[in-house]
Amino acid sequence: MCLGIPGRITAITDAGRQMALAEVSGVRREVNLACVADDGPLEALVGQWVLIHVGFAMAVIDADEAARTLDALRELGEAQEAVEAMAAGQRALEAGR
Amino acid sequence: MKYASEFRDPKAARALLAEIARVADGLGATRARPVAIMEICGGHTHSIFRYGLDKLIHEGVEFIHGPGCPVCVLPMARVDEAVQIAERPDVIFTTFGDAMRVPGHVKSLMQAKASGADIRMVYSPLDALELARRNPDREVVFFGLGFETTTPSTALSIQQAAREGVRNFSVFCNHITVPEPIKALLDDPHMRLDGFIGPGHVSMVIGIHPYDFIARDYHKPIVVAGFEPTDLLQSVLMVLRQIAEGRAEVENQYARVVPEHGNKVSLAAIADVYEKRPSFEWRGLGEIDASGLRIRDRYRAFDAEEKFGIGYAAGPRVHPEPEGCACGAVMTGRIKPTACPQFGKGCTPEMPLGALMVSSEGACAAYWQYGGARAAAE
Amino acid sequence: MLRDTHVTLAHGGGGTAMRDLIEEVFTDVFTPPGMEDQARLMEAALQEPGARLAFTTDAFVVTPLEFPGGDIGTLAVCGTVNDLAVGGARPLWLSAAFIIEEGCEVALLHRIVASMAREAAAAGVRIVTGDTKVVGRGAADGLFIATSGVGVIAPGRELGATRLRPGDVILVSHWLGDHGATILAARGDLALEADLQSDCAGLGHLMADVLAAAPGAKAARDATRGGLAAVLNEWAGAADCGIEIEEEALPLRDAVRGICEILGLDPLYLANEGTLVLAVPEAEAPAALAAMRARPEGQGAAVIGRVVAGPQGQVRMRTPFGGARIVDMLVGEQLPRIC
Repeated sequence: MCLGIPGRITAITDAGRQMALAEVSGVRREVNLACVADDGPLEALVGQWVLIHVGFAMAVIDADEAARTLDALRELGEAQEAVEAMAAGQRALEAGR
Repeated sequence: MKYASEFRDPKAARALLAEIARVADGLGATRARPVAIMEICGGHTHSIFRYGLDKLIHEGVEFIHGPGCPVCVLPMARVDEAVQIAERPDVIFTTFGDAMRVPGHVKSLMQAKASGADIRMVYSPLDALELARRNPDREVVFFGLGFETTTPSTALSIQQAAREGVRNFSVFCNHITVPEPIKALLDDPHMRLDGFIGPGHVSMVIGIHPYDFIARDYHKPIVVAGFEPTDLLQSVLMVLRQIAEGRAEVENQYARVVPEHGNKVSLAAIADVYEKRPSFEWRGLGEIDASGLRIRDRYRAFDAEEKFGIGYAAGPRVHPEPEGCACGAVMTGRIKPTACPQFGKGCTPEMPLGALMVSSEGACAAYWQYGGARAAAE
Repeated sequence: MLRDTHVTLAHGGGGTAMRDLIEEVFTDVFTPPGMEDQARLMEAALQEPGARLAFTTDAFVVTPLEFPGGDIGTLAVCGTVNDLAVGGARPLWLSAAFIIEEGCEVALLHRIVASMAREAAAAGVRIVTGDTKVVGRGAADGLFIATSGVGVIAPGRELGATRLRPGDVILVSHWLGDHGATILAARGDLALEADLQSDCAGLGHLMADVLAAAPGAKAARDATRGGLAAVLNEWAGAADCGIEIEEEALPLRDAVRGICEILGLDPLYLANEGTLVLAVPEAEAPAALAAMRARPEGQGAAVIGRVVAGPQGQVRMRTPFGGARIVDMLVGEQLPRIC
C-alpha cells in the first residue's frame, strides 16, 4: 500500500503552513514539508528530491544511498552480461563443431 | 522519472533473476516445495503483478500476498458507519478514492453518493481541511484510512486544525499498524512462511526496528523493500541469501528512503494525536489486539466517532463477514485466491463479496485483473 | 436582440427570447448561416452503386465545460466526426441538440458554439439541424450537447474487428491519455497543475490519408472512454484472436506519466478524444505510420503491438523485462488511489 512518488521541491509557497510546490514528471502540486523540515530554513529544501504521499513530503531521498543501490545493480548487470556473453560464445562454439 | 526509472532497468532485473535462481536452486526450492515469502504491503503485490515478476521469478519462490492493504482489511461495519456519517445532511464526507467502492452491509460510499450523500474524493487530508475552512456551516469529515505511512498526514492535519481553531473538521479514524498483524500471522499455527518483504513506505515513518521481533523471536528474515521492480527482486535475493546462510535479520534494501530510526516529526505527530485502541477489527483476520489507533482525548473535538456518537464510541460490536468468503485464509497464505470457492463466481470485481476483490491491491483483484486466475488455469 | 448575460427559463419558452438566443448564439454562427428543423440534403457520393450511408449519435457531458485544448463544443463535433471516420465513412452532416441549464453564461455559449463552427469547418462537415432546450437550475450540469452525424462509406470499404488476423499490426495515432489526464487536472479538486492539453481533434482527414496509404486496413477505432484497453479488449473479443502490446512502445507524455504515478492510475484506461487505434496487415504498417505522422494530429503515432493467435479474447502487455500481464477491461471508473 501507500503510493509514494519521488518529486522535486521547486518553491516555497507558504512558509507559515510549511507548504511548497513539488514537481513530479512535469506535474505540479502543493505539498506539506513538516516531516522533512529540520530546524533550518525551508528554503534549503528547494531543489531536493522528496518522497511524496497524500500531499506530504515524507522523506528526503538520500542520493548517496540511491547511488549505492544503483552501483550494486550495475555490477550485477555487468557480471550477468559477461555470463551471457560467455554462454553465447559457448553456444557458437558448439554450433560450429 | 528520476528515482523510479533507474530502478526499472531490464538488464539489472535479468541479473537479479539469474542470481535468485542460483540461490533458490542451492536451497533445493521447487514448485512443489517452494520458499514462501510474504510481501506484507499491497503496493508490493501491485508491483509484482504490474511487472509480471511472479511469472519471471524462479518457480521455487512463491509470493504470499499479505494483509497490507488498508482498504481490504477494513471491516464492513466500518464502511456502514462511514456511510451513516456521510448521509447526515450537515456533512461533507471526504475520502481517498480507494474507499469508494468497498462494500458495506447495505451500500458502498459510491452508492451512498448516488443516493444523495455529499461525498467527495480528495488527494490529501489537507484538501479536506481546506474544504472545512471554505464551508464553515458544514461538518467536513475525513475518512482516515491507512497504515503508518498515512497516519502522520491526518495527525498533522488535526494538529493544524487545532492550531487554527477549525471546529467543523473531524477525522473518522481507521488507522492501523503493521507489526501487530504480522505477529498475529506468525502466531497462527497454520502459517507457512520462510521470510518477509517489509513495507518500504511504512518503514520510512517507523524505521526498521519495529520488525526486530520477527528476526529475534520468530527467526524469520525480513528485508524492507522499495517498490520498483529491481527493488523487489533485490529484496527477494536478500531474503534468500539470509535463508541460505542461516541468518534471520532485519535488512534495509530501501535505504534511499527509509532511515533506520524512521521520521522524527511523523512519529511525534502520531504520538501527540493518537493512542492505541485495545483492539481493532480486521476484515478476514478478526479483532487484533492493539492494532488500531484512536484520537486522544485532547483532540476529541476532531474525532468523528465522538462527534457523531458511533463506532467504537457506541460500544462493542460483532459483525460476521459474508458467508463463503475465504479472505481470511487467503490473507494468512493458507490458500491461493483461485482456491476460494467464491473466486470468479460469487465474488468478482463487479460484485465483490470479500475485501480482497475490492481494491486493486487486494490479492484476489490483482489475480483477476492481471490474469493470475487464467494463467493458473492455463 | 439578445441582451441577457445569462440564460433564463424565458429562453426556452418559445417566444422572441428563444428566437433571439437561437439565431444569435447558434444558427448565425454555423456555415452557411441558418438552420431548418428538417434538413433536406443532396450528396452525389451517395448515388454511387455500393455506397452506404453511415449514421451515428453521441451525447456529451464534461466537467469543466472548457479545458485546455478544447471545450464541450469541440468534443461534440470531433466525437461524432470521429465515430463516422473510424467506420470508414466520409463525414458530411451533423445535427446538434443543446440542453442548457438555467443560469448558463451567454458568453460561454458563444465561445462553445464558435469552437463547434471552427471544428466543423476544419473537418469539412456542416451542422445542418439542431434544437435547444432550457432546463431549471440543477436539472443539468451547465450544458449538455447531443450530436448525430451522417456520412458516406465508399463502395468496397469494409472495416471491422472481425477482419483481424494474427500478424496484423496495431498502431495508435497520438500520445495516450492526454484528454483524461487534462480533465483530471482541470477539475481542480486534486489541485494538480500540468502543462497538458486534450488531444481533442477531428480524425476525418487523418483517417482518409491512412486509408489511402494502407488500403488493406482491417479495423479502426477512436480510443475514447475506457481508453486503449477498452478498444483492444473489444477487438480481441470480436476477432477470436489475442492482442499483444509492448509497454515500451506506448507513446506517453511525461506529464501523463506523472499524473498517473501521483494518482495511481493506468494510462491504458485514460480517455482520448483524438487518438486513432488502427489494425493493418504487417506489410502496410510502415505506410500507415508515415501517413499518420505526416499530419499534425498524428505526430505521436507509433506501432504498439500486433494481433496474435491466442489466448483468444485476451490482451497482453509485455513489460520491458520480458514479463507479461493481462490488460483487462475496467470494471467501473478509474479512481485516484493512495495505496
